[in-house]
Formats: sequence, structure tokens, C-alpha cells
Amino acid sequence: MKIEIFVQHVINGLSLGLLYALIAVGYTMVYGILKLINFAHGEIFMMSIFFTFYAITLFGFPWWLGMAVGIAGAALLGMSVDKIAYKPLRNAPRISALITAIGVSMFLQSLAIVIFGGIPESFRNVFPEFFTKIFTIGGEVIEARGREIVVNAIRIPSITIITFAVTLITFLILWFILYRTKAGMAMRAVSMDTKAVSLMGISINKTIGMTFALGSALAAVGGILWVGKYPQVWPMIGFMPGLKAFVAAVIGGIGSVAGAVVGGILLGLIEILAVGLMPQMAGYRDAFAFILLIVLLSFRPSGIMGKKELVKV
Amino acid sequence: MMAMEKKTISVKTQIILTVLFIVGVCILFFIAEENLNSYMIRIVSLIGIFGIMAVSLTLINGVSGMLSLGHAGFIAIGAYVAALLTMSVQQKEASFILMGVAFPINTEALSSIPFFWATIAGGSVAALMAFVVGWPTMRMSGDYLAITSLGFAEIIRIFLLNWNRITNGSLGLKGIPSYTNIWWSWGWLLITLLIIGSFAKSSYGRALRAIRDDPIAAKAMGINVFKHQLTSFVMGGFFAGVAGSLYAHWLTSIDPKPTTLGIMLTFNILIMIVLGGLGSLSGAVLGAGLFAVLSEFLRFVESDMTLFGFTIAGISGMRMLVFSALFIIIMIFWQKGIMGRNELTWNALYRTISRFKRGGNHGK
Repeated sequence: MKIEIFVQHVINGLSLGLLYALIAVGYTMVYGILKLINFAHGEIFMMSIFFTFYAITLFGFPWWLGMAVGIAGAALLGMSVDKIAYKPLRNAPRISALITAIGVSMFLQSLAIVIFGGIPESFRNVFPEFFTKIFTIGGEVIEARGREIVVNAIRIPSITIITFAVTLITFLILWFILYRTKAGMAMRAVSMDTKAVSLMGISINKTIGMTFALGSALAAVGGILWVGKYPQVWPMIGFMPGLKAFVAAVIGGIGSVAGAVVGGILLGLIEILAVGLMPQMAGYRDAFAFILLIVLLSFRPSGIMGKKELVKV
Repeated sequence: MMAMEKKTISVKTQIILTVLFIVGVCILFFIAEENLNSYMIRIVSLIGIFGIMAVSLTLINGVSGMLSLGHAGFIAIGAYVAALLTMSVQQKEASFILMGVAFPINTEALSSIPFFWATIAGGSVAALMAFVVGWPTMRMSGDYLAITSLGFAEIIRIFLLNWNRITNGSLGLKGIPSYTNIWWSWGWLLITLLIIGSFAKSSYGRALRAIRDDPIAAKAMGINVFKHQLTSFVMGGFFAGVAGSLYAHWLTSIDPKPTTLGIMLTFNILIMIVLGGLGSLSGAVLGAGLFAVLSEFLRFVESDMTLFGFTIAGISGMRMLVFSALFIIIMIFWQKGIMGRNELTWNALYRTISRFKRGGNHGK
């Protein structure tokens, strides 16, 4: 394999992995606190894209306001899902909460089908032009049929650069919230010991609501970057990225935010490189993540950065 | 206080009652086949198929307390294996227009096999897959099983989509002989209930319930958690495969779309068992019946409606919305479902009746 192609795959893998990481953080934060797989997370990701789409195309908002609407809408939706569906089940067996989460996921999906329709909508020309430019590095210019064509170059779409920048900024903000604000401290504390925190006079439910809002907002950022990369939206769009992001969170060690980021990047890289090295396996692309999950969990059940948990009897 | 009454019926009476009940249902089916139209008969056989799916998931989910979301994967395996075995060679060659049929499948030996044996084969392959998937995942905690089994079902779907020469890719299989009728589906439901019911009542079943309620305590009592859970997972997988075979010969055409044999099917089965009560086999059958009837009844919300002279266009997907809303409401407000963890047995019926009688005679 040529070095240019390899670098190209790595760049593509990284940008996909960062998107997985953005979604995975929401999973891991909720799991850290509630020990609940929030299956609806992928659907919140999907809804945020629809919010952005309709804010821009239907209401004629400028693109940046549309994105803000998407992010705010997702945060609000995440909080309401927690309030309506998960809060009544805080003390129920964990399996009930898990089953409810699947129900919420299906509800949001069918709601999207009923409201927005099941036909994919194109996202082309929704975002401004600088989202769709492609930069080339290196390569040779050859002449063919009177036109100049660049071959063997590394192509970097501007959305990839935007993804790198936005994800970096988002994670810095996340770090700031988690480690430099009182709310963040409360979130970390709740995930360590819920009972002790409630004795300290911190509202558990408020903290959990904030966690949902923060995680959903991150998923929305991921969603907006996702449609910049793959410009299409339909009600099932959240299913696979949601599942894979969860896999990424588990690979990284569920409950650990840094682990989710590492897991996401790793998953994106492996997925793109595997398809790049074995093009004939491209149809099985979605299967890689789960095979990786099963293999990794067999050897290291707590993930890459997760702590080994001992259960007290 | 009066002395405790004897609250059970002897085993002999129970067996007689059961046999009488089955004979009664058979007579009912004979009458139904004579009098109902084919649409209604199809719904009745669908209830039987849904019943098998729900009972087998209840074994994994309700009795053993593992949240498996891969049921549709096992059903899909059973459906494809059995359908490929019962289809005739000509039928296969006619429907594999893309790339032709791969070698072992296009032979006479593996075509036009009797329905019963094809169903057994479908179930066995599904059970084998359950073993292969269960071996690594049963060692993980419950949450990981949910996600790996969901992922596994998706992998199955991806393979069905890509193995063009065996599964006919995205076109799926068409022209599967329509063997499934009331007798096949309810007969298999009876077998499923007998086997899974006696399994759940045996010491194995009690051990599984102990694991469900407290895995650590069960382990401390010397129960091999891994072995027990794997056994029940494989058994559930087998009957899921059987249900898949019946479903394929009921639909007569199958394809790897998420709505046919994918995540939607798993979700529908989850609705059934939640409706019937998590952990109750008879509840699962009731839930399956209710789901099938309700989902036919709810067709009207998807068709055009005329209200005061205005026609409201039907919205597709509305049924799923109603079902998922119902699902969440049940999970929040009515977690017990219809049956809770109780079973519909002759003893339970007897107790209810005698309670009524006593209530009439003695007041409080």
C-alpha cells in the first residue's frame, strides 16, 4: 500500500473516530451515573440532525443558528427523556430501565417516521459552501483530455478539518465543565457514590438531568458533523452510529470519559483501515465493530481504560 | 380463622384437564377452519408463531433474567435455513437471478425436504449459533449481553445481505411453499410450551430464577451460572429458529430488511412479553395473541380516515408509534403486565374459583 493511501485512510479513520467519540461520551456519562445503556442516545443524535435540517430549510435560519437549535433541542430532548421515562424507574430493577430505554428509542424513531417521513432527505446545499470544499496535499498533476487532474494526492475535505477543530474545542469545553465547575464536580461525584452525594445536599435528579443534557448536546455536535460528512438524513440514521458509539464506549472502558474518546478513535481507525486493507470485505463493515467488541471483552472485560470493578456482596 | 383448605388439584386431574383443554382447542380450530375466512385463519396461525417467539424469549429474558436483543437474528437463521431446505430446485434457480445458487444448496438432496425436518434443521442451526454467540457473551455482565446480542443480530442481517449465492442478498427468498397453517403453528407452540414449561419448572429452571434474582448468591450456593445461562440461551435460540421456519413458510417471502427479520421483530417480541408479564410463559402467549390482534386492529390508524367530510391521509408508521408509546407506559406504570411472574395453571384457576366461593359464603 502506498504511503499516501495509508495516510488518507488514517485521516478518514480519525475523523470518523472522533464522531464516534462525541456520541460515546454521552453513553459513558449516563452509564457512569445510572448504570443504564441509554439506547435512545442514537435517536437523540438523529433528532438533532432533523432539528438542524428543518431549522435551516423550513424556518430559514442561518446555518449557525440552525446548528444551535439542533444542539439545544437535543439537550432538551435528552433531559425530557430522562424526566419522563427513566426517572420513574430509578429504583426498579435495572433490566426494566434497560427495556424502557429500548422502548424510548423505538418511540423516537417512529415519531421521526411519522413527523418527518421515512424517505431520506438530502443535506446538500443546507450548510454553506466552505463545509464541502476538498483540499489536496501532494500528488502529481497530469493532463488528461485537456484538463488538469491531481492524482495520488491526499484529499482532505474541509469537513474533516472542521471535525478535528470542533471536536477538540468541544472536548476542551467538556473537560472544563467536568473538572472546573461545580456542576461538573457534582456529576463526577454522583457517578462515584450516589448516596453520599445526596447526603451532601446535592440534588441527584438535577445532576442526572444535566448529565443527559450535556451528553445529548455532544451527540448533537456529532450529528451535525456527521451530516456534513455523509449529507443525508432519515429516521434510521441514528441506529448504527449509536450502536457503534456504545461499542466504542465499552471498548474504552464504560464510565470513563477519556476511555470513550480513545475507544471512539480506535474504532473509527480500525473500521476504515480494515475496509481499506480488505476492500472485498466492505459489505461486512458494520460487523467489524461487534467482532472487535466480543474479542476485546473476552480478554479485557473492563475495557481499555476502565477500572476493574469488584462487587460487594 | 378456618383451617387452610387444600388448594391444589391432583396431578391426574390436571393431566385430564389439560388433555381435555387441548382437545377442546382442536375442535375449536376445526370449526374455525370451516367457518372463518382465510384472512382470519392466517391471523390465528400468526398468533401461534408469535407465541413461540415470545415463549422462547421469555425463557431467556424473563426466567433467566438475561436481556437478549438478538432474537430476530436466531429467527432469521431458522427462517433462511428452513426455507432453503423446503424450496424446490426449480424455485431456487428461478429466484436466484443475480449470481446463481452456490453448490450444496442447489442439489436435490437439500431441496424439497419435508417441512417438519426443515424446521428442526432451522432450529438446530439457530441453536448452534446461540451456542457460538453465547459462549463468549455469557461471561459478561447483563448489559454487555444486550448490546452484543443486538450487534450479533445485525451481523446476521449483514451476512444475509452479502451472501448473494446462498441467501440471494437483498432480494431475499421468494416463493417459499406456504406450509404453515393453524395445525403446524399451534402444534409447535404446544411442543414449545411443553418443553420450555417443564424446563422452567425443573431444578434447572429454579436455578435460573435464583440466578436472575441474585447471581452472586446463586453462585455462592454452588450453581454454575455460566452453564445454566448458556443452556437456556441455546434452548431459546432453538425455538426462535423453529419460529423462524414457521414464520418464513407463513410469509412465503423473506428478505434481510430491518423491518422483516431485524430489530423491529425483536422489538415486537419484547412488546409481547412485556404486555404478558416478564417471566410468565402463559403471559407470553397471551401477550402474543393480544399483540397480533391489536396490530391488525390498529391498521385503521394507518389508513385514510374520513372525519366530518374531511379525509385525513393515513400516516404510515403510526402503528409503531402507538405500540412504542404503549410499551413505555406499560414499563412505567404497569410493569407486571397481564400475568406478572405467575403462570396460568389449573391450580391457580382452582384457587381463584375457590376464593370466589369462600368470599361469597363468609364475607371477609
